[in-house]
Amino acid sequence: MGGRYVAIWFTHLVPDHMIRRRPELKNVPFVLSAPVRGRMVVIAVSTAAAAQGVSAGMVVADCRAIMPELEVLEHTDGAELQLLTAIGEWCIRFTPVVAIDRPGGLLLDATGCAHLWGGEGRYIDDIVKRLQGFGYHIRICMADTPGAAWAISRYGKPGSIIGPGEQQHVLLPLPPAALRIDEATVQRMEKLGLRSIGSVIAMPRSALRRRFGPLLLQQLDRAMGVEREVLLPIQPAVPYTERLPCLEPIRTAEGITIAIQQLLTALCKQLESAGLGMRKCMLKCYRIDGNVQQIEIGTVRPTRSAIHLQQLFALKIVTLTPALGFELFVMTAVATEEITVEQSALWDGVAHDDGAIAALLDKIGGKIGADSIRRYVPAAHYWPERSFRQADTFATEPAANWRMNVPRPLHLLSKPELIEVTVPIPDYPPMLFYYKGELHNVKKADGPERIEQEWWLSDGVHRDYYCVEDEHGARFWLFRSGGYGKDDVQWFLHGFFA
Amino acid sequence: MNPVVEHTDLIKHLQKEVIRLQGGGVAQGIVQRRVRCGPIEQAFPGRVFPTGAVHEFISHKPNDAAATNGFMAALIGQLQDEQGMCLWVGIKRSIFPAALQLFGVDPGRIIFISPDKQKDVLWAIEEGLKCKALAAVAGELKGLSFTESRRLQLAVEESKVTGFLHRYQPATENTVACSTRWKISSIQSITGGMPGVGYPRWDIHLQKVRNGKPGRWQAEWVNSGFNFIQRPAIVIAQQQLKAG
Repeated sequence: MGGRYVAIWFTHLVPDHMIRRRPELKNVPFVLSAPVRGRMVVIAVSTAAAAQGVSAGMVVADCRAIMPELEVLEHTDGAELQLLTAIGEWCIRFTPVVAIDRPGGLLLDATGCAHLWGGEGRYIDDIVKRLQGFGYHIRICMADTPGAAWAISRYGKPGSIIGPGEQQHVLLPLPPAALRIDEATVQRMEKLGLRSIGSVIAMPRSALRRRFGPLLLQQLDRAMGVEREVLLPIQPAVPYTERLPCLEPIRTAEGITIAIQQLLTALCKQLESAGLGMRKCMLKCYRIDGNVQQIEIGTVRPTRSAIHLQQLFALKIVTLTPALGFELFVMTAVATEEITVEQSALWDGVAHDDGAIAALLDKIGGKIGADSIRRYVPAAHYWPERSFRQADTFATEPAANWRMNVPRPLHLLSKPELIEVTVPIPDYPPMLFYYKGELHNVKKADGPERIEQEWWLSDGVHRDYYCVEDEHGARFWLFRSGGYGKDDVQWFLHGFFA
Repeated sequence: MNPVVEHTDLIKHLQKEVIRLQGGGVAQGIVQRRVRCGPIEQAFPGRVFPTGAVHEFISHKPNDAAATNGFMAALIGQLQDEQGMCLWVGIKRSIFPAALQLFGVDPGRIIFISPDKQKDVLWAIEEGLKCKALAAVAGELKGLSFTESRRLQLAVEESKVTGFLHRYQPATENTVACSTRWKISSIQSITGGMPGVGYPRWDIHLQKVRNGKPGRWQAEWVNSGFNFIQRPAIVIAQQQLKAG
């Protein structure tokens, strides 16, 4: 075990946020209301209103009777969840595992985090100071279990740190509602005179199960640390992630470069011990005003060379706008692949350095897009447009040989262009043809080479290809689509020979 | 000792040194394959095809563009060994990969880069020329300013990679800082009375060559090798070179 958890309870979450957005509300008592069963009911209360005795659940008309000057604002659905998610994401600076705990709370898995702040006291102080700096009223507690931390933040002494194993004593005097159970169960316990957790625990477990169901026992075990509770983090933890919080906001390109360098060194070390290489890497930059920017790089082969990855990132640094500065960098290896042990080169300077070429392609791919880099291998088709295909990877070897026994032009038009021809008799090459308004007299010709449509792939007519040479020595690849007599015959120019 | 002989020796030595500094001739210290191109070699300084330099090709008609790319592929095929990779950069790919094999190039060893913008083409060519692991870089582009070509020349002087720039229909044939300027056009093939189309046949016009003699040849590409047609090469006067 040995887990440490922090529960944060925002007592006036949405009103505090509204004051932050609209400072003129600071000293005005106001409530947020929404219609419930035809009446306007108070959903959330500002601190100023709460001090006057207004509380959530009251009818707005009653509150107005107590406080005529009360401001009533409209409540929006989902505002609380949205706010908790945003604050939760911000809290990732304190620990990678942050869970939303409705209503109005967050749970942090602080196991192994506090020492970075120099102790649990300072850790809690920092959280409190920062959140209060934003204007939130919070109650906080740190304990061995999420259940205990939750209970004490709501019902115990706020800001307390419960030492390892001490939660049992602290929990006993608290009311049963601190066990995170439903309202009906709490009321039944009240009727039965069970007014503290201590008195509940004293009951035999079988009786508790029979009367209140298994949920109560589970919550009790979880609070006491008998059963482990798993938090559902806002952002799932990624195995290969490195974080770099900065003391001072980083604003310069050099600063960002140094940050990337540090993160990459650490991340590559992690990957090396796991025998993995990076294929895709993402850098998230958290700006001081809450804005988050990210840059991503990809590589053609798995790599863990920090220098190479650094160069890829260097091309993208310009896309970041630091404004007032970044305070946190998080680098994640989004996609990893097993890496084969790199063989050291036998000869220096010999041009078989695939690593250097892969590095070059990564750089080019990073700037102008990986889809603009292509390599071709033959495909087993006669149809010219289908006779080659893009290689999937850098190392793909051709499955078939390139066909060499038939003439193929060096330049192939991606779309054949229609030409006008004069043909002496069917199945003969043309005597002359017009291409882009220019007349070409055919002096020499080879052909025809008939290529049939692959009927299992597409419909259409066959093509009869001719290589022709005009009076200036220009060589063309022409074809006639379809045969005379039965099809609609057209002539096309499809390529240029060298 | 005759002081005149001594001086000519010294001048010859200095000329060699200048050629080496200018990036001409064969790159020193790196084992590279020699490009064999018959009588054309006589035109180059030191009588070897300059590797580790940038060569410029200009074409205007689609057929001549194909012929130029064919000639470039023939040279690249000789520069590339079994494992050597080559970069072919251009906005639109026009090369039919299957046909490259005819010119002694394994199509699988060519990496095609097709950026959307002219600026990125130049950038990709420059990055490729800086990469020592490549055998050659071929680039297809339109315009090229002197400054841009100077950058490419500086890149190859460092890396000793050979670059081939093919300018198709440039607005002006402006002077650039490349070692050579070629114009390749396709001419009628010879079939010797047989029907059909003969071997690819080109008119090779070496318009400019740094520290060499420009000239004009006719050649056929037969069975993975040049077959030069015996004809007196038209050697262009040195005067014109200076003017260009």
